[in-house]
Amino acid sequence: MQQRTLPYLLLLPATLFLCVFFIYPFLLVAWQAVSQDGALTLEHFRTMAGHWKFSTAFWNTMLLALAVVPVQLALALFMAALVTRMGAGRDVILYIWTIPLGISDLAAGIIWLAIFEQTGFLNSILSSLGVIDQPVTWLGYQDKATIFLAVVLAELWRATAIVLVILVAGMGLIPKEYYEAAEVFGAGPWKRFVRITLPLLRPSIQTALILRTILAFEVFAVVAALGGTNLPVLMGETYQWQFALQDRHVAAAYALVILAISIAFTLVFLRTLRVPKEAQV
Amino acid sequence: MTAVTATETVAATADIRKRGRLVFAATIIVLCAWVLAPIYLLVVNALSSPDQVNAFPKSFVPGFETDSIAFFMGFAGVAKALFNSILVACITMALSIGLGAPAGYALSRFEFRGKGVFRIMVLMTRAFPLPLLALPLAVLFIRTGLDDTALGLALVHTTLALPFAVLITFSLFSGIPVELEEAAWTLGCTRVQAFRKVVLPLVLPGIAASAVFAFVISWNEVFAAAVLTIENRTLTAFLLQNLDVSPLHLKFAGGAVLVVPALIFIFAVRKYLFAMWGIANR
Repeated sequence: MQQRTLPYLLLLPATLFLCVFFIYPFLLVAWQAVSQDGALTLEHFRTMAGHWKFSTAFWNTMLLALAVVPVQLALALFMAALVTRMGAGRDVILYIWTIPLGISDLAAGIIWLAIFEQTGFLNSILSSLGVIDQPVTWLGYQDKATIFLAVVLAELWRATAIVLVILVAGMGLIPKEYYEAAEVFGAGPWKRFVRITLPLLRPSIQTALILRTILAFEVFAVVAALGGTNLPVLMGETYQWQFALQDRHVAAAYALVILAISIAFTLVFLRTLRVPKEAQV
Repeated sequence: MTAVTATETVAATADIRKRGRLVFAATIIVLCAWVLAPIYLLVVNALSSPDQVNAFPKSFVPGFETDSIAFFMGFAGVAKALFNSILVACITMALSIGLGAPAGYALSRFEFRGKGVFRIMVLMTRAFPLPLLALPLAVLFIRTGLDDTALGLALVHTTLALPFAVLITFSLFSGIPVELEEAAWTLGCTRVQAFRKVVLPLVLPGIAASAVFAFVISWNEVFAAAVLTIENRTLTAFLLQNLDVSPLHLKFAGGAVLVVPALIFIFAVRKYLFAMWGIANR
């Protein structure tokens, strides 16, 4: 009898917690977005979509994710491939490469601000090289392109580590025999990477892509630190509506938009990178 | 004649291999510099006086002045924000391990109905932008008196950290053979005794690592912290709030204070990082 109930007792606290603080709030935010004083309405979505910043914020968020995530995946794959060929010093290098994992997005934004601000290190280098006479404003309200670039660099710098960790962990699960067999048959390093590593790494790539894409849609503090409100993104607008404009309903509508694109992309990745059960390592 | 060409080709392949190794090492060094240089530049700023921070062109060597840090620590509200950050992170740590470890144990040791559903619920949390939870909870907390408290924020941070805690402890417990526990039972231990005397000592370092991980998740979180706290701001919320108004040296000193504990923590858990994710993939 005890054997039967014990696992449920052990799971109960975590389950209750997730129901109260994960499932219930999401129902609540959905209700907030579509209701006004207890009646159903689409007014908040109309307000949201009618505001001039909405489509800019939406496309900025999408373009940021599109610019960051694929490069991140490629860079992390490259780094993970280097890691597997390392001998001595592997642990030290891996530690250095995973340092950004512990750094918050706000701190990352501030770090790159030190480089891009007007009296920052980029201008200092350029002026000592004689490229510029006067400090250039990179992050002013008219410099959307350079703000975008700075955010992309900061995100690449900060969040590639998480992809790397997932991929290195995944590569550790691939049996060595496959590589040995491939080598016996004369497959070169590139062929082994394409024919063995990539296909067997599919579950890890899927996890990494889902995680990173969702985090990319949540981009907020990096943008706030580097561009203020000059580069509107969805999460930043949510924050603006919640505080500056004091409209919780529209903020909730924004939240639902972020939620919708997150779930849509998760489903796409789950489908396109699906690993059949019998093909799992 | 042929002998000469043979030695030449041997020399040539050795040359290629040497060059290859050089490129390999250079690539690794460049990538290390890419990671470390920005942190170094932040440290340069944090260890320079306010005048040096705002000077142009800037020196790439720190002035080794503590004015900026001292100014930051003495700035109204910083000490309190620092305290709040630590408090919230500690509560998050305790909650996520306290709730997550039993669940991880249950998942690793028992086969039971509903296991799949629970696993899906835990994995599902990953597909959701969790900081957004702060929006509806802000309203709920005002009603229950949890608004602007460390506990309220820690509850939201726990939803971020709990899934990790469950998956990590699941992998830790799975790594310990059931036979060890069973041997203890046959020697007269009760289930609880066997757990305490056999399993716990073995998993404790791993549990400590996942607790540190939960601490870092909470310490770094910005959005929910900014939404849920007003008077009792955490350090991230405080810095975000003051981004438009604070001078540069204040921002950089704040950034450095945010980064340093994170560096130490990641160093402390580095051994577990990959084991955690290897299993969390599944």
